[in-house]
Amino acid sequence: MNPLAPRHLLAPRRLRRLPLNLAALAVLVTAAFPVYWMVVTAFKPTAEIQSATPAFLPLHPTLEHFSTAVHAPGFGGYWRNSLLVTLGAVLLSLVVALLAAYAVGRLRWRGRRAFLLLVFTAQMAPWEALLIPMYVIARDTDMLDSLSMLTLVYFMTTLPFTIVTLRGFLAAVPAELEEAAQVDGCTRAGAFRRITLPLLAPGLLATSLFGFITAWNEFAFANTLIIKNQDARTLPVWLSSFANVFGTDWGATMAAASLFMLPVLLVFLFLQNKVTTGMTAGAVKG
Amino acid sequence: MPADASPPFRTRIRPYLLIAPTLVGAAYLLLYPVARNLLISVQHFRLAELIRGGAPFVGLDNYTELLSDPKFWTVTVRTLGWTALNTALITGLGTLVALMLVRLGRRMRLAVMSALVLVWATPVIAATTVFQWLFQSRFGVVNWALDQLGLHGYHDYAWFAHSGATFTVLVLLVVWQSVPFAALTLYGGLTTIPHELYESARIDGASAWQTFRLVTVPVLRPLFALVTSLEVIWTFKCFAQIWVVSQGGPNGATTTLPVYAFQIAQNLHKYDLGSAASTLTVLILLAALVTTLRRMHRQEGAEA
Repeated sequence: MNPLAPRHLLAPRRLRRLPLNLAALAVLVTAAFPVYWMVVTAFKPTAEIQSATPAFLPLHPTLEHFSTAVHAPGFGGYWRNSLLVTLGAVLLSLVVALLAAYAVGRLRWRGRRAFLLLVFTAQMAPWEALLIPMYVIARDTDMLDSLSMLTLVYFMTTLPFTIVTLRGFLAAVPAELEEAAQVDGCTRAGAFRRITLPLLAPGLLATSLFGFITAWNEFAFANTLIIKNQDARTLPVWLSSFANVFGTDWGATMAAASLFMLPVLLVFLFLQNKVTTGMTAGAVKG
Repeated sequence: MPADASPPFRTRIRPYLLIAPTLVGAAYLLLYPVARNLLISVQHFRLAELIRGGAPFVGLDNYTELLSDPKFWTVTVRTLGWTALNTALITGLGTLVALMLVRLGRRMRLAVMSALVLVWATPVIAATTVFQWLFQSRFGVVNWALDQLGLHGYHDYAWFAHSGATFTVLVLLVVWQSVPFAALTLYGGLTTIPHELYESARIDGASAWQTFRLVTVPVLRPLFALVTSLEVIWTFKCFAQIWVVSQGGPNGATTTLPVYAFQIAQNLHKYDLGSAASTLTVLILLAALVTTLRRMHRQEGAEA
């Protein structure tokens, strides 16, 4: 602000900006309140949760609900399932996508455009419309109630995005670097492994984190493909049936929801910028 | 290309070896399910056929049955209304928030953007669970707030027992989750508009509305089209939120096409009708998308 401006000119400016800042405050509160309420409820003692006048600040924080959530039957198993499925799908998708992205980004071949078209189409596939055939296929091949089918489905749902994004990151690494290494006696694969791969590492990380979030949050397929074997369920399905687990214990339900959200939030905070640039490189430029 | 100039066989097949895993995955996990869906939709495929196999071919009978069922049309109209309402709210609010963000001071902008990213990062099922708690009839904070505001009818009001109320909660949930993406994307676009354009509009004496319509909208048009079509796709095929909150109830009031297809297949074991409904869902989504993009295109023509 200009210190030389007369005072009577400053005040109206601040006043003029007041509605704008009030609107911003309203947006801020509307956006943040549900998440805040989830965390606050998770830390409040039950008596404060079940009170006629809600307590807006956790004045008597307790870890009781987190303990209830963690000790709920099967809790550890569902975490393990979610992690196994998510990591399996992301790693598989990363390896397969890296090969395809190299072929698309570095090599010239007949059918390249058709292949890219296939990838772009697959990226927009309406997966929700495939719940029924996936169920029937899983049943036919004895893959129902198994984590491997879910891993394969998540692999395929994240693969198109991963290819497109990695292609974007690969394009940012000059091909001349690889060529120089080949001139110096490296094989093609060696040049890729020694030169391009290290430069690609941030891109690989960002891309896999996006895939991680997608698979970690997925509900529809997990709910359809795992029915009888309750032990093979993943966290979203478990959380969606909180009423069966916790009844009306909203403290424990919110504690479970907070724990489920934590990894995603950490991923977002840790690599927000990289994920965003990765997404622009992949989704918009593509 | 002359034969002697072509590279050795190993080099020529290399790209195809590299894309082979992708092709195998897409064939088994995308093309095969799509084909299987189409096949089931022209068969008589119920519980018996699921277990024993040998589903007979029935032509377009399933499609005829669906299309002559008034319920299917009710659900279709509801789905289109649900998509239109959500998309309008998300793009409208997203635009307003984006316009607000560019005008804010640095610190306030950072605070609002952090809140938006927080919402964006919230998993669908976590958000769904929280909204069920916010709108809980007993001890729910929304009922308390409405009661305090003088709307005493909302004291212990059971949102999820009333069709209109459940529909409203679902719209609020989807809009709350989707506005951040729209707002941050459009904000990103707004920051690329050169300052000189606004400057010259101001010198020419344009009003705020004129500046928005004649400078901001034309520059952001491709981004508007992108955001709108993505929101149409996302809200049209929205399944998890509806299924977890209401399973399409109460009394079918929140049954949209994806929920309808799943219900027929999973609860009634009519996999054939469910597959036909899925196929029709995709076709209607494509039609809705084309209509939306056309309309935007026409508006563009009218304004230019």
